[in-house]
Amino acid sequence: MTTRRDFLRISGMGIVVLYTMDIRELMARRTFQFRDYPKDFNAYLRIGEDGRVAFFTGKIEMGQGVYTSLPQMLAEELDVPLSSVDPILGDTDLCPWDMGTFGSMSTRFFGPPMRQAAAEAKAVLKDLAAERLGVPPDRLGTRDGVVYDVADPAVSVTYAELARGQRIERVVRGEVSRDEPTGYTVSGVATERQDGRAKVTGQARYAADIRLDGMLSARILRPPAHGSRLRDADTTRAASVEGVRVVRDGDLVAVLHRHPDVAQEALGMVTATWDPPAEGPGSSNIFEYLEGNLPEARVVSEAGSLSAGRAASETVRESTFRANYMAHAPMEPHAALASVDGQGATIWASTQNPFTLRREAAEILGCPEEDVRVITPFVGGGFGGKTENDQAHEAVRLSRAVGAPVQVAWTREEEFFYDSFRPATIVHVASGVDHAGRLVFWDYRNLHGGNRSSDPVYAIPHHRVTSAGGWGGSGPRYHPLRVGAWRGPGANVNHFAIESQVDIMAEVAGRDPLSFRLEHAKDERVRGVLRAAADLFGEEWRAGPSGRGHGVASGADAGTVVAAMAEVDVDRKTGAVRVLRVVCAQDMGEVINPEGARMQMEGGLIQGLGYALREEIHFDRGAIIERNFDRYELPRFSWLPSIEVTIVDNPALGPQGGGEPSVTMVGAVLANAIHDAIGKRMHELPMTPERVLAALA
Amino acid sequence: MRRAIRFTVNGRPVEVDAEPGRLLLWVLRSDLGLTGTKYGCGERECGACTVLVDGRPVFSCRQRVGSVEGREVMTAEGVASPDGTLHPVQEALVEHGGLQCGFCTPGMVMRAVGFLRRNPDPTREDIARGMETNLCRCGTYNRIVDAVEQAARQLRAQEDRP
Repeated sequence: MTTRRDFLRISGMGIVVLYTMDIRELMARRTFQFRDYPKDFNAYLRIGEDGRVAFFTGKIEMGQGVYTSLPQMLAEELDVPLSSVDPILGDTDLCPWDMGTFGSMSTRFFGPPMRQAAAEAKAVLKDLAAERLGVPPDRLGTRDGVVYDVADPAVSVTYAELARGQRIERVVRGEVSRDEPTGYTVSGVATERQDGRAKVTGQARYAADIRLDGMLSARILRPPAHGSRLRDADTTRAASVEGVRVVRDGDLVAVLHRHPDVAQEALGMVTATWDPPAEGPGSSNIFEYLEGNLPEARVVSEAGSLSAGRAASETVRESTFRANYMAHAPMEPHAALASVDGQGATIWASTQNPFTLRREAAEILGCPEEDVRVITPFVGGGFGGKTENDQAHEAVRLSRAVGAPVQVAWTREEEFFYDSFRPATIVHVASGVDHAGRLVFWDYRNLHGGNRSSDPVYAIPHHRVTSAGGWGGSGPRYHPLRVGAWRGPGANVNHFAIESQVDIMAEVAGRDPLSFRLEHAKDERVRGVLRAAADLFGEEWRAGPSGRGHGVASGADAGTVVAAMAEVDVDRKTGAVRVLRVVCAQDMGEVINPEGARMQMEGGLIQGLGYALREEIHFDRGAIIERNFDRYELPRFSWLPSIEVTIVDNPALGPQGGGEPSVTMVGAVLANAIHDAIGKRMHELPMTPERVLAALA
Repeated sequence: MRRAIRFTVNGRPVEVDAEPGRLLLWVLRSDLGLTGTKYGCGERECGACTVLVDGRPVFSCRQRVGSVEGREVMTAEGVASPDGTLHPVQEALVEHGGLQCGFCTPGMVMRAVGFLRRNPDPTREDIARGMETNLCRCGTYNRIVDAVEQAARQLRAQEDRP
């Protein structure tokens, strides 16, 4: 199989280091490259002489709401109004190093050191105030950016006054104790998005909105299929268009102009012939291909003995579940503006990992990382797809070639073509219940999809869970298409398979699917979300199929436990599934912004309708069939079911991941609801009308 | 042939020296620097590029600039009052959290403003139908419907005022 890296390798651009390496190895390496967060609090925040608090994070805002929630945590800890915090995100010159924004980790892992930094800063302010006011530090309180004498609140000094003329650096030692999570007035309080105004007025800047004097927009000649090789290209006509510059270096052929549409039109004048790619699999035989092309399986979880479990089972059921490739399809296609000069480069990019991009750009340019600055404006959706920065690499190369700032903003067709898809996945599962209707046996194998959330939340004495390959690590090389992390990577398909199989076993045991789950749940948090979802759903549960189209699912992801229930209507003539209602309950530990958390839960449920019912990438010998929204169908307004969510409060646990768990429920809960409606089990995602009709036939 | 094309954008007269066949989206973004209007698909499939021409929503990604000669174009940058007061649609979207990544938002704002001009008293189903052309990948449809419903109420209340 020939991939994009080969396409770039033979370009002869001299970009040797990065592109002659296996890009997927590179990805694996950076995925597992953890470093500690810096402990210098100036790297996190700066209290200005005007009392405003500049707050620095290597995280980026792509819709998930950290532009609001992280400042809430900071404002709470520092005792300043939220409106006085100026967040600065994803600027590698200004912000502390960060691995990237993915995995529902921002609040979980960045939150605690940031809070500690704020606590340290407050201790410094109190020391300064004690000296200034002649009051012992332990008698001082803080509120709204003011330090005051608890015994006489009129004796006070503002943070601004304390900061004036000072340059104090403090290293976080972790010795300063933090406020206990009680009496919070900013954190934990439902708060409007702080980026809302900029976004509704068109003022919010995304990477393609950044403009520099003398910049050029590039459109790049693309192959018809992955693995095609450029035989010949004639750029004469394109080059004759007024104001157009052509960059040509091996396979990299780009047309540049001040206006992107003029560049696009000129690119259309380039005539090119391509050698077709080598033979390879396509959608029609992908699962056979993947079954015959297996990486080594690893054990995720194991207890008891499978043979004992099988022996103890009165009834065993074996199932195979499948999921197809699917796209990230953020509304904002990848975009970057690079300005390369003798000193290095400045890059504005839509990226989930600006520090990774900094290293990649430095490798391309052969310069120290410090000579590259990556600035991340607002990102128009990522969902995992913007951990790949190819568009910025192209902008860097072209800017170096033409000696001017160059924008590379992908078309929708390029976005689909170069996406790192959610991997096609096969799950084989065999499970058994004993004479008492208890799950005693569970043999679960995920092939090619990833191990996240593959360990069920149920207690099963004899079980083994294995995972072979996936979207990261050693897995991607086994896929014929480029694959990557798609929101809740692995977990969407694992929950679909696990929860479908659990429903099958509940039916075998003659139990309703809710009480079967409650009885088998490993811990009280799972029972808590199941009960909370059931309260909200308000329906009585019966052993399935009941004909009513009700489904339930639960699971765990990113430290959060989640349960969902749904009601569907299935048109037996067309196979179309209409989702009428979805409810979801989450225990995500401490919640910083309940409003933001609900938005993430609801958004995940609505987005999840797509992968559950419609979204699928077809391909044939390196050609991607779905290249725009006419063929790749996203959820739209008319799909909208009634959506209700509830948060199970659990502040003692600390913040857990909130951006992904709900989306991982949707395939599972709809599969179970469809089965409850029509008595047929769906074994493949997405559950399109064709597949529903096939199940009914 | 390139020539001077005059129209108004957000109430301000503009003149661009352009081929009349060029697409309005790129003239707005590149020639005029109004980057609030977004490219999402280039095929009228996502609505991120929605602007108003003489008060009606159009997909600027397929609208030729020659066709708006002498007409009024409004973009997301021009919806709020000059004093910064948000339009009821904008205000309601912020209040209801009808946006996440925000990339589809300018198009949603324009679609909703155009829709409410012709449908001042819509049901929720009307709103969903009227907004159907616009895609949001973050899944904020429920909150956008809530917001447009509230904006409709507010606009009607303003109309009723003497």
